[in-house]
Amino acid sequence: MEFFKINRNIPFMSYGRYTTTISLVTFVLAVFFIATKGLNFGVDFTGGTVMEVHYSQAADLNKVRGQLTDMGLHDVLVQNFGSSHDVLLQVSLKQNVVGAQLSEMILDKLRQQDASVEMRRVEFVGPQVGKDLVENGALALLLVSIGIACYLWVRFEWKFGLAAIIANLHDVVIIIGFFAFFQWDFSLTVLAALLAVLGYSVNESVVVFDRIRENFRKMRKTEVAEIIDNAITRTMSRTIITHLSTQMMVTAMLFLGGETLHYFALALTIGILFSIYSSVLVASPLLMLMGVSREDFIKTEKVTEEVLP
Amino acid sequence: MNRYPLWKYLLVLFVFICGLVYTLPNLYGESPAVQVLPIRANLKADNALLQRVDEALKAANLNAEGVVLDPTSVKARFNSTDNQLKAKDILQAKLGDDYMVALNLQSRSPQWLTAINARPMYLGLDLRGGVHFLLQIDMKSALDKALEASSGDIRSTLRERSIAYSGVSRDGRLVTIKFRDAETRSKGEVELTQRFGGLAFNEKNEGTEFFLLATLKPEEEKRIQDFAVQQNLVTLRNRINELGVAEPIIQQQGLDRIVVQLPGVLDTAHAKDILGRTATLEVRLVDDEHQFNEGSAAPFGTEMFKDRDGSMLLVKKSVLLTGERINDAQPGFDSRTNEAAVHINLDSAGTRKFKDATRENVGKRMAIVLFEKGKGEVVTAPVIREEIGGGRVQISGQMNTKEANDISLLLRAGALAAPMEIIEERTVGPSLGADNIVRGFRSTQIGFAAIAIFMIAYYMLFGAVSVLALGANLLLLVALLSMLQATLTLPGMAGIALTLGMAIDANVLINERIREELRNGNTPQASIHAGYEQAFRTILDSNITTLIAGIALFMFGSGAVRGFAVVLCLGILTSMFSAMMISRALVNLIYGRKLRLNNISIG
Repeated sequence: MEFFKINRNIPFMSYGRYTTTISLVTFVLAVFFIATKGLNFGVDFTGGTVMEVHYSQAADLNKVRGQLTDMGLHDVLVQNFGSSHDVLLQVSLKQNVVGAQLSEMILDKLRQQDASVEMRRVEFVGPQVGKDLVENGALALLLVSIGIACYLWVRFEWKFGLAAIIANLHDVVIIIGFFAFFQWDFSLTVLAALLAVLGYSVNESVVVFDRIRENFRKMRKTEVAEIIDNAITRTMSRTIITHLSTQMMVTAMLFLGGETLHYFALALTIGILFSIYSSVLVASPLLMLMGVSREDFIKTEKVTEEVLP
Repeated sequence: MNRYPLWKYLLVLFVFICGLVYTLPNLYGESPAVQVLPIRANLKADNALLQRVDEALKAANLNAEGVVLDPTSVKARFNSTDNQLKAKDILQAKLGDDYMVALNLQSRSPQWLTAINARPMYLGLDLRGGVHFLLQIDMKSALDKALEASSGDIRSTLRERSIAYSGVSRDGRLVTIKFRDAETRSKGEVELTQRFGGLAFNEKNEGTEFFLLATLKPEEEKRIQDFAVQQNLVTLRNRINELGVAEPIIQQQGLDRIVVQLPGVLDTAHAKDILGRTATLEVRLVDDEHQFNEGSAAPFGTEMFKDRDGSMLLVKKSVLLTGERINDAQPGFDSRTNEAAVHINLDSAGTRKFKDATRENVGKRMAIVLFEKGKGEVVTAPVIREEIGGGRVQISGQMNTKEANDISLLLRAGALAAPMEIIEERTVGPSLGADNIVRGFRSTQIGFAAIAIFMIAYYMLFGAVSVLALGANLLLLVALLSMLQATLTLPGMAGIALTLGMAIDANVLINERIREELRNGNTPQASIHAGYEQAFRTILDSNITTLIAGIALFMFGSGAVRGFAVVLCLGILTSMFSAMMISRALVNLIYGRKLRLNNISIG
């Protein structure tokens, strides 16, 4: 079986103007939504109490809300998830004056009405923790970007490093944009997924860049644009097949992994889709824009010769 | 050209077998077990204890699947949680307070696997259920407390040396001592500098007033903070022992935080209560005048306490001194006899009280009693030899270095050095934990099956080789995680699934390259060779970039995210090995020996 029997090079570079426009528009939209709507930060970052309780019969959410109001908690997010037996409670830090004890008090209260309430999960995060997490997350994102750019610089050329990082940060911003637009819960695991996407979608760019380097060596008389077109066309089959396989795993997680893994898998799905696009249609045009040429490539050729065994 | 030397085949085989062996314990699963741990230092987990446990279980007609001894405890395994709970009650009743009986899980894998240290993966709290607390130590109050004690000591020192001063006051981190003239001030400064090594003194003049300003030196501040963390760690450990939790984790995190993880604890209210409890220490006189029998009521004005060996001691009710007056307790040696001793440092009020008390009671015994949960225990009961002034107390006689160490720990650890606050809690009920395992397992299974079908359909035999390599990758990854006993969390399971999805990339790269070489008109053998060689560099580059992301995640992530990062990093290593070595070895075995190869099955 073979999906892609492409004999001619697809002139990707000549589409550069359109693809750059599409990228810019999605990017600007993403930034716009992040700026206007903001992220729906999960309890990991904002602090507060989240409880998951299980009733033996369908839970009456209004009763639960009433009980919480009795306790003086007026603005609690109460919702079903998964099934009508499972209830998720979310109390913001502002309302929580007793800290870690709150979950016990709520559970006691709920048990007064229905003794069968089973506590499935409690998360309490104090204000000190969330701040650290945001700082560490941002620092990790920065460090990964610099690390990858440096590695590609050493292995290829600074233009490659820069192009790859811009393309992949563009993916990350778009994922965050999606989370802002749909107001999905942005938790610590989503942050982990973002960093994984960053590492993963750089793969994409590396595979294409590797081909470009090889082509510069083999196709001595060809135009730069054609060299890049050829590299992308040749690696396209692999790109699609790989992403398809990874997406199969991620899809399984998306539907079967339960609540915790759902948004993690969602972030990965968006990341995978956009990393196909960005590595082909963002990173390579950027490379052209920065004026990659055979000359700055032959210089590095010597360096890489030494690196190789 | 597509042949491996024998050693390469053997290496692949060896790695594969290792992977198989270390993965095995995960397949046997775990049984409910009861763990018996001696609490007191003089009791050991030995064959005698093993026998006692065994007999107690047999007497109760509980059939344990196995009773084993390990360096610190005796573990008994059962076929049901019912029997496990019954056994816990029976053993606790039989063995008494000297042993801790905890519920635990134990691997069902056979003895020979345990002997080579092959254990199942260590499951995180989100998979096995349990409580995770992050506690913040209030360092400000620890420093304040230390400085408050110092300012008291400064007062009594100046008074002792008859150096006239007109006031000592503390404002935040600054102690101000007021003198009437410069001469007494310099006299005081000499004395105080000599006496208080941890304080920095500065002079300041304001009109006709002469001040001496004392602040904590940075190194002293650091010492106090380290000390507070250490003391709180010890206290927490002592308290958690009482909870009867198997394998608790109590660790320092960062400068001023402590992580407590209690697997399986459901009574979180009780756990929180115990963590936040304050213990008190009291010094009282031992009543040697009255006769008493164990079990009979204590005479009026006295109380009976157990000492650390379990025998009873009659102690007077009136309190000479409370633990708040103890600044520090350190193990050391008696300077004259060279016996092991505990050196206690009292604050100024304590010094005065202690001096009076010892003067009046020379020759009698005093008892140091630790109260926790309203229950007292005599830590030690030494004889008072002489009047003790100066606030430095030495307890010596009939103890070895280890005991001296323990006692000083207990004296320090009786109370928390600084208050703590729970700033993070994550509780996962056991049913949710079990659900999470099933979910993680099922998504990996289905994802893997989908990839396998697709790869075989698309690449035929080479696809099958890729799937085998991917299976080997999973095996090696699980084996590596089991070997390192890295904590497996739910995001970690997601990491396993994701690594598998990403690992297929290397195989696809290789297969696509081979197809391309074939299309360019190369012979099958040359295409296979070129395919693997050309793909190698790309695979290396793309994996290293992912590794960079993984390492950063590990460095900055916390808890569950860290679990994901560990799996990601290890998965990259195993996937490179399985794509490069295992799949190549398989292809070489299948095609390498054929001299005239006209056709290969790559779809």
